Formats: sequence, C-alpha cells, structure tokens
Amino acid sequence: MDFYLTALLQALCFSGIALGIYISMKIFNIPDITTDGSYTLGGVVTGILLSHSLPVSAILPIVTLSGALAGAVTGLIHTKLKINALLAGILVMTALYSINLTLLGRSNLPLLNYKTTFDTLTLTADLNQNTFLILCIFVPILIGIIGYILKTDFGIAMRATGNSETMVRALGVNTDRMKIIGLAIANSLTATSGFLMVQFQGYADINMGIGIVIMGLGSVIIGETIINWLRITSVWLSLAAVLGGAIVFQLVLAFTLSIGVDANLLKLVTALFVLLIVSLPRFSFTKAS
Amino acid sequence: MISLKGVQKTFNRGKANEVMALRGIDLEIPERDFVVIVGSNGSGKTTLLNTISASVLPSAGEIFFSGENVTTLPEHQRSRWVARVFQNPLSGTAPDLSILDNFRLAALRTSAKSLKIGVDEKFRNAVRDKVATLGLGLENKINQPIGTLSGGQRQALTLLMSVMDECKILLLDEPTAALDPRSAEVVMKTADDLIKQYSLTAILITHNLKDAFRYGNRLIQMAEGQIVKDIPSSAKQSLSEIELYSWFM
Ligand SMILES: Nc1ncnc2c1ncn2[C@@H]1O[C@H](COP(=O)(O)OP(=O)(O)OP(=O)(O)O)[C@@H](O)[C@H]1O
Ligand SMILES: [Mg+2]
Repeated sequence: MDFYLTALLQALCFSGIALGIYISMKIFNIPDITTDGSYTLGGVVTGILLSHSLPVSAILPIVTLSGALAGAVTGLIHTKLKINALLAGILVMTALYSINLTLLGRSNLPLLNYKTTFDTLTLTADLNQNTFLILCIFVPILIGIIGYILKTDFGIAMRATGNSETMVRALGVNTDRMKIIGLAIANSLTATSGFLMVQFQGYADINMGIGIVIMGLGSVIIGETIINWLRITSVWLSLAAVLGGAIVFQLVLAFTLSIGVDANLLKLVTALFVLLIVSLPRFSFTKAS
Repeated sequence: MISLKGVQKTFNRGKANEVMALRGIDLEIPERDFVVIVGSNGSGKTTLLNTISASVLPSAGEIFFSGENVTTLPEHQRSRWVARVFQNPLSGTAPDLSILDNFRLAALRTSAKSLKIGVDEKFRNAVRDKVATLGLGLENKINQPIGTLSGGQRQALTLLMSVMDECKILLLDEPTAALDPRSAEVVMKTADDLIKQYSLTAILITHNLKDAFRYGNRLIQMAEGQIVKDIPSSAKQSLSEIELYSWFM
C-alpha cells in the first residue's frame, strides 16, 4: 500500500511537469523539451538555497523565476532566431546541464537535515501522509493559478496562439512574445516539480532530470484521453484531467515494478507505456482526433 | 483612409524562383469606400491585402492610414485599424476555443489582453445578442468550440467578430470561396450590412463576378501585380455584367 502512496506522492510532485507540458504542447502546440534541464534546475536551485538555510517561501519564487528564465531562452531562440522548437529545447537543455553542474558544484547534494515544505505543517504524525496532505494543498493552488490565468483575457490569447496563429496575429497579439511567455510559464511549472521532488526525495541530483520529459508527455496524453472521453471543455477540468493523467501514469509504473519488473528496465517500460497510450486511439473504434 | 505609394513586393528576391507579386501599386482609398478587387489567379490580390494588414511587408513603397505612415508597423499593431476575414474559414477563428472566447479576443483587438477575466454575464449576453442577428441559430451554442461549426457559420461569425472592437478597415479575401451558394449569400449580405452600419472602409477580393457586380462602389482589376482597371462609383453603376465578364476573356 505504501508503495502506491509513494507513487501517488511522486505523481503530485510531477504535476508541475505535467501542467508545463500541457501548456507547451497542448496549448501552444510547441514540442518543448527544455523540461529535462529546467526540472533539474528547479531541483538544484532548491537544493542550494535549502542548504543555505533559506526558507522555502523565499526559495519557491526564485525557483519559478529560474525555470521561467530557462523557458524564455528557449522561446527567444525559437521565435527570434527562427530555430525549430525541438532543437531550441535541446540546446537549452544541454546548456543547462553544465549550468546545473556548476551551480551544484558536485553531482549530488543530500538535504536530509533541512526544513522543507513538507515540514512546514504537521497535520498528521505519519510522514508520508503529512506530505500527501501538504501536496493536496499545494497542487490545487498551482492548478488554481494556472486555471485562472487561462480564463483571463490574456489566457484566451494564449490558448488561441497555439490554435490559430493567423487569427491571433490579426487580432493584435504579438505571437512571438506570447510563445516566449508561454514557454516561461511552462518551464517555471516544471522547475516547481523539481522543487517539490528534491524535498520529497531528500537530495538534489544532477541526473534527476534525464528522460523526465516522458513523464510529462505520458501524463498529458493520458489526461487528454480523459478529456476526450468525458468531452471536457472547461479549462479547470482539463487541468484536473492532466493531474489525473500524472497520477495514472505513476500508478501504472508502480504496478509494473510491483509485479517484479527489473527497476533497470523502468525507462524502457515507461517508453513502451507511452507508446501504448499514444497508439491506443489508432486501434480503438471510437472517434480519434 | 488607405493610401499606397509605389508598393512593390518581390518574393524570393535573387533566387531562381523570384516572383514580382506587386509591381508598384499606387492606390488611394477614401473613407467609407467599398472596393472590390478582381483579377486572375496569381495576379497579386492577396499579396496586396497582406501588405495592408502587414502579414507581408512590402519590398518598396509606403503605406498610410489616415495620413499616418504605417509601413513599418507589424501586424499586431496594424490590427488597431484593420480587421480581416480570410479565404480559409479556418484562419479567422480558433477552432478549439468557444464562440464566446473567440468573440472575447476579437473584442480586444485594439487593446491589451490583460490578466483579468473579461468573459462575464454582460459580455455573454452581448455576444448572444450579436450572434442572434445572423439568424443562424448560433446564439444557443456560444459555449461550443467554434471548430464544430460549418465553414459558412464560421465565416459569418468572423465577420461579426471584426466589428466587436473599433474597426476602420475591413479586408475580405474571398470570404465565400469555400462556401455553398446559400451560405455565401448569408456571408456577403452580412458583410455588406456591417460595412454600411459601421461605416467601414472595405476591400473585397472575389472571383464571383456576380458579387463584384452587386457589391461595393468601386471596382479594381489586377493583373500581374498591377492595377489595370479602376472603375469609380459612377461608372461601376453603369457597367454591365456582360462587360465585366469580358474582362476575363
Ligand atoms: N509567400 C510567398 N512566397 C513566394 N511567392 C508567393 C508568396 N505569396 C504569393 N506568392 C506569389 O505571388 C504571386 C501573387 O500571389 P497572390 O496570392 O497575391 O495572388 P492572388 O491574386 O491572390 O491569386 P488567387 O486568386 O489565386 O488567390 C503568385 O505568383 C504567388 O505564387
Ligand atoms: Mg488570393
């Protein structure tokens, strides 16, 4: 049981990545894989500042800003230099590896003796359950903020940018600027995941982001399946569905491990699982978009 | 209102596939003129509209709106004056967004899209009333994604959207090309009504000579990137449909 609780906690930590990928991929229609780098960046920044005994309330804004900066750089490269978004993301992700390593100064930083977000409130004695409750406050607030932004006039312009660029430009939107801001928001969410994860697992690691983008992708694709199934049109429910996608994803991975699949094969299993859900609509008889 | 001075556009300059789409266009369009442009495929009609909206920047020449030089203003800034309806019904609306959200964005064409929620009950009712004037029964579907509607319905809505915010210039690039005759009729009538009601300066590109004949007060024919005929209001009225057909023979 505890095994699945841990998976659930991980899923909640990953919700930032899922929401970030949802924004870049689904709302802006940009395949952004800065993710691996900005997730680690969020983790590294959190680790360093925690070890300097900064309070988490001060760390979080810095983490989101650092993620936003990474995303904005990808956005600038993509829009101003007219470089393919995928390549722009790879470039920034690669550069971030060195930056993260320089910032961290070593490859792993243990953080067991610092006061983290999960120690700020003690709601129950059980550590995992307490973490769960705190995430149950944190993640809805995150979804609330993003949902609110998407509902505003600015958010409508954001959603339209990925949907019909010709139209939004004719309606007075600077689409380049919009994409840069969008990627900044997406990667600040991703960095927030790094922030949570580092505190949850108790260390920051230079390799923690490798292949993490697939978690986000998988979650969003499951989320989308839920959205299509239930014919969701509301912005809030869509975001909730993406969170649901992240949870399903982690539970399925936990299940695979529990039936005895070698942990070394985890990434392979993950890739196959994502392949399966992506290809599922091709096989089903219901309408596929 | 609109004034073009020696506007030229060359695509792929210096390459083997160089095209001179516009070869020095001089055009004065006074306020409230409704200009219809005809001309064969590739004669530069769309390119001309695109230079006015800044989707395409001219290689040479200058563009003025009410005496203000707008030649270097990018598209999102020129939209302060210009609203557009595209040839492709899909280009004028965002398919996954609801009718309501599409209208909200259109209502903010000339202003900032801020971080406040602008879709409230009042706005909703205003959109419902506006949409009802089309008589297509779409007022009950304003929360539906606009992509679920037909091309004709979307074109008609795009037209309405263009007058949601202050608009001086309306550019219509073959707005009915993809529509069946009945929808085309609805869209053209809506356009004509809106142009009159809001005193717009309008340019319509069309291959439908009946529409060219029926609508507008000035008729321009383009060929090979140049204006070859410019028929003012008085002469357009006495132009016969047969004569118009003969231009294309
Ligand atoms: N983006 C572009 N790149 C290169 N050439 C272009 C581009 N846009 C237009 N052209 C060329 O410029 C010329 C004029 O094109 P334009 O689209 O303005 O014609 P049109 O009069 O609108 O034709 P149609 O009636 O078919 O819509 C054509 O030869 C076209 O191939
Ligand atoms: Mg054309």
